Amino acid sequence: MAFSINMDNVMSKTVGNATGNEITGTFRLKKGLAEMLKNGVIMDVVSAEQAKIAENAGAVAVMALEKVPADIRKEGNVARMADPKKIKEIMKSVTIPVMAKVRIGHFAEAQILESLNVDYIDESEVLTPADNKHIDKHKFKIPFVCGARDLGEALRRINEGAAMIRTKGEAGTGNIIEAVKHINMINEQIKRIKTLSKRELERESLKMRVPYQLVEETRNIQRLPVVNFAAGGVATPADAALMMLLGADGIFVGSGIFKSENPAKTAKGIVEATTHYDNPKIIAKASEGLEAMKGLEIEKLEVKMQTRGF
Amino acid sequence: MINMLKIGVLAFQGDVREHIEMLKKIGAEPIKIKLAEHLNDVYGLIMPGGESTTIGFLMKKYKVDKAIKERHKQGMPIYGTCAGAILLSKEIIGSNQPKLGLADISIKRNDYGRQIDSFETELDIKGIGKSKGVFIRAPVIKNIYNGVEILSEYKNQPVMVRQNNILITTFHPELANETRVHKYFLNMAQEYRQIREMQKDL
Repeated sequence: MAFSINMDNVMSKTVGNATGNEITGTFRLKKGLAEMLKNGVIMDVVSAEQAKIAENAGAVAVMALEKVPADIRKEGNVARMADPKKIKEIMKSVTIPVMAKVRIGHFAEAQILESLNVDYIDESEVLTPADNKHIDKHKFKIPFVCGARDLGEALRRINEGAAMIRTKGEAGTGNIIEAVKHINMINEQIKRIKTLSKRELERESLKMRVPYQLVEETRNIQRLPVVNFAAGGVATPADAALMMLLGADGIFVGSGIFKSENPAKTAKGIVEATTHYDNPKIIAKASEGLEAMKGLEIEKLEVKMQTRGF
Repeated sequence: MINMLKIGVLAFQGDVREHIEMLKKIGAEPIKIKLAEHLNDVYGLIMPGGESTTIGFLMKKYKVDKAIKERHKQGMPIYGTCAGAILLSKEIIGSNQPKLGLADISIKRNDYGRQIDSFETELDIKGIGKSKGVFIRAPVIKNIYNGVEILSEYKNQPVMVRQNNILITTFHPELANETRVHKYFLNMAQEYRQIREMQKDL
């Protein structure tokens, strides 16, 4: 059967730790948590108070940060992992999963987050990169999510052990165009490899610098082998619905919530639109009276965060 | 030929796709439930894994909770996994989040720990046998009342229980390629359809 290739084989580099008849840290468990987040909204928060607002509005997880991307962009300084004290406060304040960001390649920051027991690590281009190589994510018991702009980038991250992918978009802009480009690119490429012969597919995997098995698996199931969320520029319920209609499994909202006029209302609106993405009447209602963040034109940006990472 | 049995999957949020794939595999017809009227012609309902606070909020907002309770009263079987189990519980220890409260159990969320403590193990299920148990930030059933039957235990705590037309697992058979639990539930739904059809004939 075409669908029988087991990701556990493709991902055999993640072995997990066994004690008695219990195994932890397997790829199935890492990927499994992302499956549970599907059709949900993950919200950037910089304090315990914001985390509570997000949880009450129906967020499926929060991303603990020092600053939201819009502020990182405005200030232009080196952006790093958040203060562990703040992350711990946020973890204590909510019952939903807590994610946190590390710089690309900064495996020491990742080890610190793992020691804090955060639920997911985002190796993120929103922070200033620390290396031109990504972290070997198989070595961690905590799952990772990484950004991607095309299929090759997504599969390279999965091959390194990422258990969840998100579009990069262009964070902190409130402008959806880049996220749209990225999800369309990934979907078109997945569709295109369907028609390739074995030889062409082998050539494609060499070009993308990933094992053939991984490309084959993607071709067979006609989607990424892990959950794929949309991120980078979502500011309104309509933006969230657009990304879901384009095939995203769920939504990350960075600056879009706490840079809006009424964060709790905006958060609820985006949660409802993400669930009812195919029901414009409900989205219209959820969009009423929201004042979205102002947003930026992509052409006028000094830094394009999406170009970080390899 | 009997018509394919329509089974609803509560589709607000969570691992809806995996449950839908399971139902297709065992020959049932999955129906996504996001509004109350979607429940009209299903003979069973699966409440997937996900975030119970999110699903609870949306269920209440769109009055799907009321519709489910109504159908439960008529005898429609409901199967809850993980978040679904939490929402079905009478008591969620330490939380006043929205819930259905249909099964006589007390449950504690994330009681094995955080994601780092998520685990796979082997379970023994009554009437099914050995089965892989995938537990992800799973809740723990702390107490059961009024004739709730334990179908499987792990470390002396129930992980699969049944009370009349409600089936609960705190683990995810749908992530372990385990169809037998869904088949067990499908049998409950089949019995319910037979009863409904007999009632119609009268």
